[in-house]
Amino acid sequence: MTLLSLRGIRKSFGAVDVLHGVDLSVAAGEVVGLVGDNGAGKSTLMKTITGIYRADTGSIEFDGKDILALDPGQRRRLGIEMIYQDLSLAKQQDVASNIFLGREPTKRLFGLFPGFVDKSEMDRQASKMIERLGAHLPSINRSVGSFSGGQQQTVAIARALTFNPKLVIMDEPTAALAVREVQSVLDLIRRLKSEGIAVILISHRLNDVLSVTDRIVVLRHGRADADLVTANTNMNEVVSRIVGGGDTAAAAAHEQRG
Amino acid sequence: MASETTQPGFWARVQRASVERLHIRLESLVVLLALSTAMALLSPYFLSLSNFLNILLATSTIGVLAIAATFVIGSGGLDLSLGSVMGLAGVAGAFVAVNLGWPSVLAVIACILAGAIAGYINGQLVTRAFVPAFIVTLGMLGLARGLALVISQGRAIYGLPPEIVFIGQGRPFGIPMPVIIFVLTAIVAHAVLAYTRFGRHTLALGDSEGAARAAGIRVEHHRRIIYTLSGALAGLAGLLFTARVNAGDPTAGINYELTAITAAIIGGTNLFGGRASILGTMIGALIMGVLQNGLTLLAVQSYYQQMAIGAVLILAVFIDQYQVRKESRV
Repeated sequence: MTLLSLRGIRKSFGAVDVLHGVDLSVAAGEVVGLVGDNGAGKSTLMKTITGIYRADTGSIEFDGKDILALDPGQRRRLGIEMIYQDLSLAKQQDVASNIFLGREPTKRLFGLFPGFVDKSEMDRQASKMIERLGAHLPSINRSVGSFSGGQQQTVAIARALTFNPKLVIMDEPTAALAVREVQSVLDLIRRLKSEGIAVILISHRLNDVLSVTDRIVVLRHGRADADLVTANTNMNEVVSRIVGGGDTAAAAAHEQRG
Repeated sequence: MASETTQPGFWARVQRASVERLHIRLESLVVLLALSTAMALLSPYFLSLSNFLNILLATSTIGVLAIAATFVIGSGGLDLSLGSVMGLAGVAGAFVAVNLGWPSVLAVIACILAGAIAGYINGQLVTRAFVPAFIVTLGMLGLARGLALVISQGRAIYGLPPEIVFIGQGRPFGIPMPVIIFVLTAIVAHAVLAYTRFGRHTLALGDSEGAARAAGIRVEHHRRIIYTLSGALAGLAGLLFTARVNAGDPTAGINYELTAITAAIIGGTNLFGGRASILGTMIGALIMGVLQNGLTLLAVQSYYQQMAIGAVLILAVFIDQYQVRKESRV
């Protein structure tokens, strides 16, 4: 069953064309790797899915609905979450405030005034989510800016998973992590897949992409240049599709060594 | 590896807790107590109920402006037009009541509406024309002041109806009306900023606009509401001032934005947004009030008071930035 379907997505910023008609589809519970050189348009493409950017032309369907006209908040409510490379955390706010940002549960104050944020409920659910991820944070009431990079990433992941998403987009989730933390992110992706959640993984680390994805889409010059089934491809082919042919054996061998 | 081997001291923990839970810099409370103690020792008139009410009365106008400054700065913005918009609002109200002879209710509405419109224009320009808030509100500072002078033809408008004067000079239960209005406004503002989604989104926006946008918050829309709110509060301050002095004075509120922003910053508002509390701002406003009141009791010329406020602003930002740098090194 197709969960997400992009057709002919174009996006330009002023005179710079970034996307020239991208087609991409993702099935429910599928893990798709999105690879490509710097400037190929990976992040721009993802932001047109989350709604941060509005595609100039093309269609985006999610769960059978046309979502092109929806804003980021509405798309989130439909089940599209993204973990940004820069994490996009509000660093002076605490863990629960970040996880629930834009979706705070409310209650009535003294049973009278509606619209008050239910902070204790937020804290409770936030601790539960952090625990489920098997992570340890010094204190849930600290501002997240005081945490280490890995801990901040945990908060960003928790934010993406708390509201039962159908699709999680991860932009370079392993780029800044230690070896052990990389493994736990890859395990997490496998777990999401087993729960039927689709994942789009953007990464430069081709070993990671080859080990967890079902399909690999290569973005090149603003187009989906290749759509490879991970089981039937190898490092050599992926590298050659990224750089666009030529003798890529040396580059692939280098990637293989990781 | 740097790990948590050293237990932070008691003071450090209390400090951290107060910043994280209440968004208050404890130093500001210490400064307020020290300042009050010093004034009490220096002047026999300082410690009395009537002087305390005097301080609150003098603080009420600045306090309402400081609430506006807290929302705007907390959201990562800036409003330099607070004092001028306050002056414009007072003149607009007086014009409606005296020159047009309309009912007092309409004059009250005119005050707040004039402020809200000025704030709305600020918000539109900041979010749609992409002119930095610093420039937009600096321009509005000139525009609003000029318009106030045009409407009043450069002269104060006298002869306000008694209902309006009551707002400024009435004393139900012995408490000045402006103090009552100021305290009620502060309570509502505190609840909104600390406990509602609107307030939390305001701080998240000031903290990281990208994070707020990614979370689905309508960033530009939110900013426009905040600038409009700021203008409306400046309008309320204009009403309080006009009613208290019983005249629509086009020069009212000159330099008040300086004091209001200073109050917000010494109260613990992060100059660059993301951290703010009305409770802290109230402490900051009281510090400014006690300082001015004390210097007046000690017969210090008001020119020196102006200098003191400017120095306090710079000192407060210095201390805040020093703390931030110290914390980020840990």
